[in-house]
Formats: sequence, C-alpha cells, structure tokens
Amino acid sequence: MKVFKTFTGIIAPLDRSNVDTDTIIPKEYLKSIKRTGFGKNLFDAWRYLDNNDFKKQNVERKPNPNFVLNKSLYHDAEILLARENFGCGSSREHAVWALSDFGFKAVLAPSFGDIFYSNSFKNGFLPIRLQPREIDILFNSSQTSPGFKVTINLERQFIETQDNKEFKFKIDAGLKTRLLEGLDDIALTLKHSDAIRRYEMNRAKLVPWLFKEI
Amino acid sequence: MKTLYDKLWDDHVVHDFDDGTALIYIDRHLIHEVTSAQAFEGLKLASRKPWRVDTNLAVPDHNVPTKNREVIEDPISKLQLETLDKNCKDTGITKFEMLDPRQGIVHVIGPEQGASLPGMTIVCGDSHTSTNGALGALGFGIGTSDVEHVLATQCLVLKKDKNMLISINREITKGISAKDIILSIIGEIGTAGATGYAIEFAGDVIRSLSMEGRMTICNMSIEAGSRVGLVAVDKTTLDYVEGRPYAPKDNWEQVANFWQELKSDDDANFDKVIEIDASKIEPQVTWGTSPEMVISVKDTIPDPLETSDVVKREGYKNALTYMNLKPGMKFNQIKIDKVFIGSCTNSRIEDLRDAASIVKGKKVSKDIKLAMVVPGSGLVKRQAEDEGLAKIFIDSGFEWRDPGCSMCLGMNPDQLQSGERCASTSNRNFEGRQGRGGRTHLASPSMTAAVAIAGHFVDIRDF
Repeated sequence: MKVFKTFTGIIAPLDRSNVDTDTIIPKEYLKSIKRTGFGKNLFDAWRYLDNNDFKKQNVERKPNPNFVLNKSLYHDAEILLARENFGCGSSREHAVWALSDFGFKAVLAPSFGDIFYSNSFKNGFLPIRLQPREIDILFNSSQTSPGFKVTINLERQFIETQDNKEFKFKIDAGLKTRLLEGLDDIALTLKHSDAIRRYEMNRAKLVPWLFKEI
Repeated sequence: MKTLYDKLWDDHVVHDFDDGTALIYIDRHLIHEVTSAQAFEGLKLASRKPWRVDTNLAVPDHNVPTKNREVIEDPISKLQLETLDKNCKDTGITKFEMLDPRQGIVHVIGPEQGASLPGMTIVCGDSHTSTNGALGALGFGIGTSDVEHVLATQCLVLKKDKNMLISINREITKGISAKDIILSIIGEIGTAGATGYAIEFAGDVIRSLSMEGRMTICNMSIEAGSRVGLVAVDKTTLDYVEGRPYAPKDNWEQVANFWQELKSDDDANFDKVIEIDASKIEPQVTWGTSPEMVISVKDTIPDPLETSDVVKREGYKNALTYMNLKPGMKFNQIKIDKVFIGSCTNSRIEDLRDAASIVKGKKVSKDIKLAMVVPGSGLVKRQAEDEGLAKIFIDSGFEWRDPGCSMCLGMNPDQLQSGERCASTSNRNFEGRQGRGGRTHLASPSMTAAVAIAGHFVDIRDF
C-alpha cells in the first residue's frame, strides 16, 4: 500500500450531509472486477446530466456545470470537504477506490460511516474527523476563496490552512501507523499464524460444530 | 457483567494489540459476486491461499436476473458472475449455483441453511450482514480488502465498538410489523445515531417477535449507523436453528445449552440505553432520501423551515426536490408507479404471507405499472408456492420472480426509470438506489402490498 505523506492540496467543498456510498459510486459501476478506473464515475448522478449508455463505447457525457467537481479549479483537488455522516450505507470499497482514483487523498467531515472509515485505511486514503465548527470555517474559506488550500500533516495530526489556522485531529495509533508506513495488513496478521492455529485448536475442542465443513 | 456483544467479542479474540485493536477470529465467511473478485485477485497476486476453505459459502445474488435466468444479457454482469464461479472452483469454496433451489440473497440463505449459527462471528462483503445478529451471532459487513484479509487469515483486525441497548417494550398494535419498529427507531436516533456502537435489541417486543422479524430489525441496524445488531438467544432462536442443513445434529441438547448463555448478563453495562414504547409506533413510510426521513403514514410531508438545524434543513430541501414532494402533502396524494416486495430486509416467508393476506382476492391498481414479488431464496419461493401465496400474488396481478437482490439496488435489469416512484420493502431510499432518478418510499410488506391495490399509500389499519 502507498505511504501517506504530508501534502498541501486544494479543498473541494461538497456541501451535503449523509453522502452515501451509493451516491459516491452508483451500483452500475460495481460490476467491474478491477480496483481501478472508478474515478470517472465518482458521484456519477450528480456529476453528469445524462445517463451512461453502456451499449455505446467512449460517448462524451454531459457534465452538470453546477456540480463542484466539474469546475476546472477542482479538477486537481486532492481534499474533499463534506458534512455529517459521509460514506454511510453500503460497504462497497469501490467508494474509496473512486475517490482515490479521481485524485483525492483525504476527506474532511464531522463524522463518517463506520465501514467507509475502515475501508479508507486499507487504501492509503485518509478520512479526518473535525469539529462541526472547524468544518464550517473550512466551508466558508473554500467557498469565499475558491482554490483554498490546506496542508495535512498526519504524523503530527494537524491541518494547517493557507491563512494559517491550525486544526488538530484525532486518529487511532494503529491506523495512523498503517498509513504512514503503507503496511500490508495481511502480512502483519500472518505473523500471528501460530496464535491463530492455537486458537483454532482450543476452539475446536470447545465448540466443534463451528469446524464442520460447509 | 458482560453484554452479549462483550461475550461474542471475548470468545473470538486471538490476540490483543497494544493500540486497542484485536485480532478477531471469523467463523463464517459468506461471499457474493460484487465485492469478492478483487479480493480473490489480491490473494492470487500475493500467491496466498484461503486459510480455511471449508468455512466459506458463496452465492450469486446482486446481479442475477429474476426472470429468464438462462441468459444473462448484460456482459459485465455475466463476467462478474463467471468470475465468482471461477474463483470458487479454483479455491474449492462451496457455491450455490444460480439455478440451485438453495440460491438466494446471501443474508437470507445464511440463516436458512444453518450456515449462520448462534455464537459465530459472521462476515460478508455487504453491510446488511448485520441480519445474522438476530441469531445471537456477531455478524457485520466488511469491504473488499477485509474480504481478502479473511480469506487469507480467517481473522480481522478490529477495534471494539461501544455497547448500545435498544429496549422495546409494551405491545405493538394491529398492522404494525418489525419493519415499522426499525424504521421508527431510525427516525428517532437518525442514520448516524448508532455509529460506533454495537446495538443489542431487547425487551418484550423482541422476545415475542419471530426469528424473521428479528432479522428484519437487525438487518437495518446499519441504517442507524451500526455495523452490528444483536438479539439474545432464546427458545425462538433454538427452534429456528434446529434441523437446518448445516446446523449441528449431534449432542443437540448440549449445544443448545451452550447457546442459551448467549445473552447479556443482568447487570451488564451499556454505554447507551434507548427505551422504545412500541404501543406508540404507527405504520412508517419514508418520504426522503435517507432512511431517517421517515414518518407515520398519517403525517404530512414535513416542512424544512420547521427544522432549526441548518445542515438538516438543507438535507430536507434537497430530499424534497429529489423526491418531487411539497411540505404538507399527504401520502394518499402521492401517486406510485411501481411496487417492489423483496430484499434481504423483507423477502422471507412471513413477509410474503403478510403481503399476500393484503392482496388476496383484490386486483393491482391500473395506475401501477409494475408490482413484483422477489422471494429471498429458492426455498422461500418453493414454500410460498406450496402455501398458495404465489397464486394469490399472480391472480391479483403481481409478477412472481426468481430470488435475488433485484430492485433493492438494481444491479440486475430490475430498475426504476428516471422519475418513477416506488413503494418498496427494501432498506435504502438513497438517491438513485433503485435506478438513476428513481424515487423510493420504504415501508413494511403489508403497507407496500396495499399500495399495489390502492395506487398510493394507505393506512394499513383502515385497509
């Protein structure tokens, strides 16, 4: 997994609460068996005025000029700003893949759906919980001065705005290390193979029916 | 002094890490076609093999057509289904084929087959895995990276949730179902009300509900923000599990005794307790684009201006625009185009019985373009046919389909067209959930069935 480094990026303000993962990446794009290529359909229903005709190849879609990500200023945005409960709903990791594939590295919101939050860290993508008051300030700044930039420093757990405001954030130590070091979760767990086998042996004595073959 | 969640957690800890997380053993892994392909690919790329092949069970459900199943017209859906086939064959994982009578929605077939059992940890790359919590099992949805992690290690690294007790007491009134109970809870606590908590549903009402009703409630825990919804084991649980194909057969009494301990201790401590007076619950219908936007069928569509919270007010405005509704409207003024009875929330035999009892001897309104019933599994379908329910639906003008997720999320051809409005027994009324531009109203099976006959929502208590 890629390593998360300190960076400065443009904030794209998406002033909506309860943005669900169906909205982030609609179901018609979940049929892919790959992890890549979802960025062009990120927020598809909000981003395009027309339906995607899957029977035709390479058709130009009609962008919705009012949608934030369609403004040229935000084509290179790396930080998404949203309201409460971002990423609620379905467990589809495709939501994180789509945000990442578009070019986002982090999302700032007062709260997140649990599964989305957990999925993010498996993909080098950082969801940051800020106070609603701080989110208000960032919406205000990014709406009054479009292209507003902030620096995200994960190691020291703070965000610094281009007008020198500083917001601290909390994050579990384990999740932080995982992003900073870009660790392979499965390899780490497999280091505990002996403990897993021991657990299985003890459990099989106590609850043998759980070890019956399907 | 432990809650049921504490007990299930403690029983599955392989290793406690210093940072407050733990390595948790997973007893059962359920797999479907949409969230598994990339996980199998990841395994292959890293030259890893499944840790324990015989505890996985796979079934195609999201993409499968619900009629004319012999041909899958969408080539991308077809590839995804074939990829699941290939991955299961390559690894030796048991899979129910689409035409196998045991095929169905993954959260329906787990309990139905006895593949989901009390006391287990159960995961699946699908947020409605919480359904399994009705059995007194720790079931929760995971993303694809975790699907790969479970395949490779039979474990997950997790941080323990806090404990929430939702105690539902006094009696529900006539016409009220499990769906109304969970919708009204979501309306009360909101879609993020239980984020970070494992919910245990308890109280007299839960005790008197059938297993299927309990599954409906646990299923929608995720719509209240919680990955986990639990119900303690009791006689209802044991009677349900006994005799199921994968349920233990030897020493049943010993096993049953063991499972009866799967309940919270009397003095267990919950971080949050919510009391619900069930006698006050009325038939629920969602009006907006989030499951928390739900009201009694008697109420009028709310006015955003009456909400003091600015963010909420904007949310209400957006929802009204998308749903093409105006404050003050009544539900019987809102014309419905399609009716969908199905999904992992409400597609079991009792749901179909409820719906059939409403439509028996009546005809689907000519204003309804399509009314369809999609049973949760092939076995539910067969049972409904044996009981004469299928005939009741067909005679009144419903389409009687083959099992799958269908129009709950429309990954198969069952979708709403833009602007169409649907009364649905499913679980999510998000924008575009049932088809781009489609509008969803969630309700119970009997309320939804009544829409098919009336052409609009009615109070089931007066129907």
